[in-house]
Amino acid sequence: MRIGVFVCHCGTNIGGMVDSHQVAEAAKQFPHVVYATDYLYTCSEPGQLQIQTAIKEQSLDGVVVAACSPRMHENTFRRTIERAGLNRYMFDMANIREHCSWIGEDKEANTRKATELVRMAVAKVANHAHLHSSLFDVNKRVLVLGGGVAGMQAALDCADGGLDVILVEKKTSVGGRMAQLDKTFPTVDCSICILGPKMVDVAQHDKIKLYTYAEIDEIKGYVGNYTAKIRKKAPYVDWTKCTGCGLCMEKCPSKQSFDYHNEGIAVTTAINIPFPQAIPKKAKIDPAYCRQFTKGKCGVCAKVCPVKAINYEMEDEIVTEEVGAIIVATGYGLLDIGELGEYGAGRYPDVITGIQYERMLNASGPTQGHVQRPSDGEEPKRVVFISCAGSRDASLGRPYCSNFCCMYIAKQAILTKDHVPGVEVYVFYIDIRSPGKGYEEFTRRAQEEYGVQYIRGRVSRVFPQGKRMMVKGVDTLLGAQMEIEADLVVLGTAATAAPGAQELAEKLRISYDGYGFYMESHPKLRPVETNTSGVFLAGACQGPKDIPASVGQGSAAASKVLALFSKDQLASDPQIALVNERRCIGCFKCQDTCPFGAIEERELRDGQKVAHVIETVCQGCGLCTSTCPPGAIQLQQCTDNQIIAEVEALCQAWKQRS
Amino acid sequence: METIQVESIDKGFIATVERESGQQVAQCYQCGNCTAGCPLTFAFDIPVHQIMRLLQVGQKDRVLRSHAIWLCATCETCTTRCPREIDVARVMDVLRILSRRAGTVSEQGVRAFYDSFLDSVKSHGRLYELGVIMKYNLQTKRPFTDAALGPKLLGKGKIHLLPGTIKGAGAVKEIFKRFAHKRRNEG
Repeated sequence: MRIGVFVCHCGTNIGGMVDSHQVAEAAKQFPHVVYATDYLYTCSEPGQLQIQTAIKEQSLDGVVVAACSPRMHENTFRRTIERAGLNRYMFDMANIREHCSWIGEDKEANTRKATELVRMAVAKVANHAHLHSSLFDVNKRVLVLGGGVAGMQAALDCADGGLDVILVEKKTSVGGRMAQLDKTFPTVDCSICILGPKMVDVAQHDKIKLYTYAEIDEIKGYVGNYTAKIRKKAPYVDWTKCTGCGLCMEKCPSKQSFDYHNEGIAVTTAINIPFPQAIPKKAKIDPAYCRQFTKGKCGVCAKVCPVKAINYEMEDEIVTEEVGAIIVATGYGLLDIGELGEYGAGRYPDVITGIQYERMLNASGPTQGHVQRPSDGEEPKRVVFISCAGSRDASLGRPYCSNFCCMYIAKQAILTKDHVPGVEVYVFYIDIRSPGKGYEEFTRRAQEEYGVQYIRGRVSRVFPQGKRMMVKGVDTLLGAQMEIEADLVVLGTAATAAPGAQELAEKLRISYDGYGFYMESHPKLRPVETNTSGVFLAGACQGPKDIPASVGQGSAAASKVLALFSKDQLASDPQIALVNERRCIGCFKCQDTCPFGAIEERELRDGQKVAHVIETVCQGCGLCTSTCPPGAIQLQQCTDNQIIAEVEALCQAWKQRS
Repeated sequence: METIQVESIDKGFIATVERESGQQVAQCYQCGNCTAGCPLTFAFDIPVHQIMRLLQVGQKDRVLRSHAIWLCATCETCTTRCPREIDVARVMDVLRILSRRAGTVSEQGVRAFYDSFLDSVKSHGRLYELGVIMKYNLQTKRPFTDAALGPKLLGKGKIHLLPGTIKGAGAVKEIFKRFAHKRRNEG
């Protein structure tokens, strides 16, 4: 074989800590190497041209580039050699930046290591085979998980682009968090008024198939051909008949059910429609509170329902949908306020969370927008907001900023001033984070125009003092403690990953960070992609974000899907496992270990059963390779022989040195 | 208001405090939660979050001459509340040690009380209250403070004329000896 080696300096990234020229000179001595050189930036246009010229002039049939991580430029160089007429897989990268120059401080040792890495890569390429990808059909339907504002935006954009969309929402209505909000910052426009039309569009779009009160049981397949098992949970109401008249709610005798939509500051009936603008406007029974389920007798709703939609025997239903791509927009959760013991949240009724206060401010909320102390229903004369309640708190394992609390606190402070004449409003803050368009002006308005008193400092304790709550904080600008007797305390509670986010990530085979937020493929350049091809992210499931950012990501994810689906066929990656049928003993251990279900049984003409890899399903993880007892299954471009060749090359290097 | 010159940032002092306390002062983001909960802020000349800030900018003299570090009761509310997981009470402890070493103790009474207390434990293996009170009063040059309370406390058996003894007083002495030895060795 005739292999060319190209060693990159990457400016001083590699050149500063590795003698790239010396590496190239050493490479000239390696078996199969007929050409070796170094260059300042191999990925630059002249750098790539150098490779193409060398391929032609030196009749190279294999190329090794020693530079950065293959995650950065593997594709660049594959295309380079392809343009020069080589098979794009006759190539390998030695990572002498991330694995070498960036981590070692001894230039001599680094140079030695880089040389060894190149020697191994050369040995591997010498054993490379020409690979060719095959084309497979794309199912141009998209599954959107989560019917919040990000998911709805993604679904609408995909549907407007002509794609069939399946939208799955966990609750009985779409809308998500935004449907709970009263107003939005910094414009103070009514949240449901701007969200409502979108919800209606989603419901009425003939390209969108909506499953609410549904969850994902299982996802199988690969980009272009996913199969999703969707569990439609039993609402105990036949939604094909239910008209949303609400008569059942009026008559239901179990009136102390937990009200999820109102975050527990009110109670609802066991059979309920969460809010007036709910879409679809259908009733659901909460079996934890329904007397028919808890006591075994009642049946009032079944009697009063004019269309006879109630069915206590209803069971979950599993539907299967075939799609080509998935957009995950499952949103965020909120900190369990029990963790904030020093603020008495959960113990004292007059200490509430921001989202609870939002429901209270909402005209369609349980108090019709009147601000009341939950303990006695009186109008508060003094309201204290505490920001960073659980955020930026390493001691609670949440050192991150929750992104939108500063702004909604400013909004709620303004609304409080609007709703309650003469009320005093205090806001404890550590830093005011208002980098969005019009945001800084908004927080200034709260202080200048509305007279909200901002106190720079944190609160140590909240405890009852007579009928009121004593808030003990600090004004760090004054260097003095601050004690405020408040009627109502509102906590800007930390945003967390959505409950169940990690289980869903495992079903989707996408990664999540230490806090349970989904990981994007690249923090700057691939913000809505995941490392699983065909799965995209939108909204706060990737990290806390406000409405404009969530909507932006919803559209971004939709455009990614539309771009993916612009081709009728996709090329498969040929770097997958292949079975040598003559060697296979038919034990099917590979089938048991394969996490993708990519291995099937195939019967040979003599009746012998052997394993067979489904080309498009295999992700090339290599688990089967290490399981196979006779070594019959081999991962292309990472075969046992290639690994042994690499190890041998390394041993040769060590032998020569000693 | 005074002007702090950047030249006055004593990096060696920051390093000493960090080494001896095992806490990183740059961790502090000045939320003020330590001061918010501190039950002694009313008596402090410098509130505790400002002690942390002065540490971050290496203002050795001001920190070590402060009254606050001596008035701190080590109740550890600051440590419990700190969202950055800094053991603030431990930092205050280290500052007291450094202040003694530098000879900049601003609350001689507090220092005298610590000394009398520890001397008593060293000699008797436990606290001899009357001895501590008398020694403390003499050192602070107010020999008759609280003397009127004496008979009452004696009568109720709260204090005794003679020091009590405990088993293993020798072992306690050994602890003091080992500490003195260690301090000599480590300078």
